[in-house]
Amino acid sequence: MVMKTKKRRDVKKMLKDKDIILKAEDIYKNYGRLEVLKGISFEVKRGETKVVIGPSGTGKSTLLRCINQLTSPDKGRVWLDGVEITDPRVDINKIRSSIGMVFQDFNLFAHLTALDNVRIGLTKVKGMEKQKATELAMQELQRVGLGDKVSSYPAQLSGGQQQRVSIARALVMNPKLILFDEPTSALDPELIGEVLEVMINLAKEGMTMLVVSHEMGFARSVANEVIFMEHGVIVEEGLPQQLFTKPKYKRTGEFLHKIIELYGESGERK
Amino acid sequence: MTEFSFIQDIVLPPLLEGTIATIKLAGSYIPAALIIGILVALGRVYGNKFIFSLCTGYVFFFRGTPLLVQLFILYTGLPYLGIFLSPFKAALIGFSLCSGAYQSEYIRGAIQSIKIGQMMAAEALGMSRVQAILYIILPQALRRAIPACSNEIIYSIKGSSLAMMITYVELTGAGKIIATRYFNYTQVFLIIAVIYLLIITVVTKLLNSLEKRTKIPGLEIRK
Amino acid sequence: MMKDLIMIYQVLPYLLKGSVVTIGLIAGALGLGFVIGILMAVEQIYGSKPISKIASLYIWFFRGVPILVLLFLFYFGLFSLINLNLSAFTAGVLVLGLRSAAYQSQIFRGSIQSLGSGQMQAARSIGMSRFKAIWYIILPQALRISIPGWSNEYATILKDSAVTYAIGVVEILTRASFIATKNFKTMPVYLTCAVIFIILTYGGAKLLHLLEKRVRIHGYED
Repeated sequence: MVMKTKKRRDVKKMLKDKDIILKAEDIYKNYGRLEVLKGISFEVKRGETKVVIGPSGTGKSTLLRCINQLTSPDKGRVWLDGVEITDPRVDINKIRSSIGMVFQDFNLFAHLTALDNVRIGLTKVKGMEKQKATELAMQELQRVGLGDKVSSYPAQLSGGQQQRVSIARALVMNPKLILFDEPTSALDPELIGEVLEVMINLAKEGMTMLVVSHEMGFARSVANEVIFMEHGVIVEEGLPQQLFTKPKYKRTGEFLHKIIELYGESGERK
Repeated sequence: MTEFSFIQDIVLPPLLEGTIATIKLAGSYIPAALIIGILVALGRVYGNKFIFSLCTGYVFFFRGTPLLVQLFILYTGLPYLGIFLSPFKAALIGFSLCSGAYQSEYIRGAIQSIKIGQMMAAEALGMSRVQAILYIILPQALRRAIPACSNEIIYSIKGSSLAMMITYVELTGAGKIIATRYFNYTQVFLIIAVIYLLIITVVTKLLNSLEKRTKIPGLEIRK
Repeated sequence: MMKDLIMIYQVLPYLLKGSVVTIGLIAGALGLGFVIGILMAVEQIYGSKPISKIASLYIWFFRGVPILVLLFLFYFGLFSLINLNLSAFTAGVLVLGLRSAAYQSQIFRGSIQSLGSGQMQAARSIGMSRFKAIWYIILPQALRISIPGWSNEYATILKDSAVTYAIGVVEILTRASFIATKNFKTMPVYLTCAVIFIILTYGGAKLLHLLEKRVRIHGYED
């Protein structure tokens, strides 16, 4: 009798859990004596766009890198779609190929054309044959609006174009979620818009996204939930409307106020 | 006029043979040195403690000692341990190891000049370390290393003249033989000097065109 | 193994005496190369067209011809042609020096050029002659910048000094070969010889590094 109820409860939990693409539990990371992450836990549901905001140097980038294990957390566990990826027995390369990452510095492969950059993940990591990989790569490049730049090298592209190629590179791998590490922070102001536009479309199309950013307008209009991080801990998380207008904690309000002061209400983009 | 025919009939043919011997030798150790250079550089950048110490010790020894001493150790030293190498083999091994040590330093510098983000992006895609090194890091690093490695190739071609000291008869060795017989050192070695200058000019041109052909816009720009 | 170590201990003084000759070769060659090198660098940058052309030709020749060939050409060839009776040591210093001048001139040329034309212009604008400007303004700065390239040159000449074995200069390698031909213990003797060179190479580099630290101008980063 007891077993049956337990099973039913587990099945219910499983069904609910199927919605959770990413789960991080109690992540700790130190660099020497510097404690960067002090017990971070959160979840990202399928199709959600979660934005992480906070002062620089509070470990937001480190957190992203701990998720796809580019950096190993000292403590804590991460699950991707039910699979524990912090388990040392797991094939981390396979896991990484289903998590996309977009870097602040773009990190496009400098010796490859835009097409090659997008294609190489398919051919070398997924072992796809060249013809099919080229097709898919071309599709993604067109999707981000760069169908005419396929043969250009990164150095020949503007910052905004490079970042869009790097988004295409992540997209073509058909990831379960994409991590964005301050994707527009290294861009000139005029170029930020084209990248945000791509990101907004992705969110609308249902891509699961975890974004670290200063772009308050983006957070306000697109995020399903906003997390405010400071000094390695999550101070507050909630709906963007709620955080921006009636934050629970004083610190949250202070930070948001300062950001909007500096950057303006930069949300309303064309 | 007999002077000219003397040069043509007596001096030039052995020198030509010697030049061919030089090319045979250099053509063998130059690629070997590059391969050693790449492996050792990778060992010093990505290897574990043991590999790193091995490679560093190797570079330390071969950059800290004269090439001639290394050749003597290989040709006259190894027999003391019961290993007998032919002049060609000893020269080949010696030049490969010596030039390889220098090449590894240049290649290592080039690898370390590649932004760390490149490796991060490759790993984020799901590439293994080996894949990332093979498809992302090395193609960029080797291009960056071309000027320095070309320099080292030229330098090692000049070094090939030392092979005569362990009795491998290449260009310089052939020259010494003729000059000691006919006492025309100035004449013979001026001709030899010109031949080396020609070889180097040709090789330099080839390497320059290689650099041009593999150029990718934006790759030379440092951080 | 023990016997080899004892033998090494016995021949060490004899070998080390050779390092006196080696150091003499290096010092002479570096010194000669320094003087001629600076002259050529200055000529290449500030000199008239024909002189700078000659300098370039000189550099091309002495950098393109192997050191062994140069030694044979000069010692057995040219010097006897003009009846110049030099000892092998002097000939070695001369040839190594002339060759080093070619490389050092490139180092100095690079350093001078990295200063930019502003320094020369400023010096002339206060009334200095070309010579004074070069002597008091350009060179003091250029020389400091050149020290790293110079330590490279030191290491190169140290290794080239062994090649003078071929014309009979009794330096470290020559002495090692004397011993080895007599007692047939080739490997231990040549290894010891190698170790001496390693100490000279890295020890010298360390000293030059200290020199660089001492003459560094604070805040001067290019």
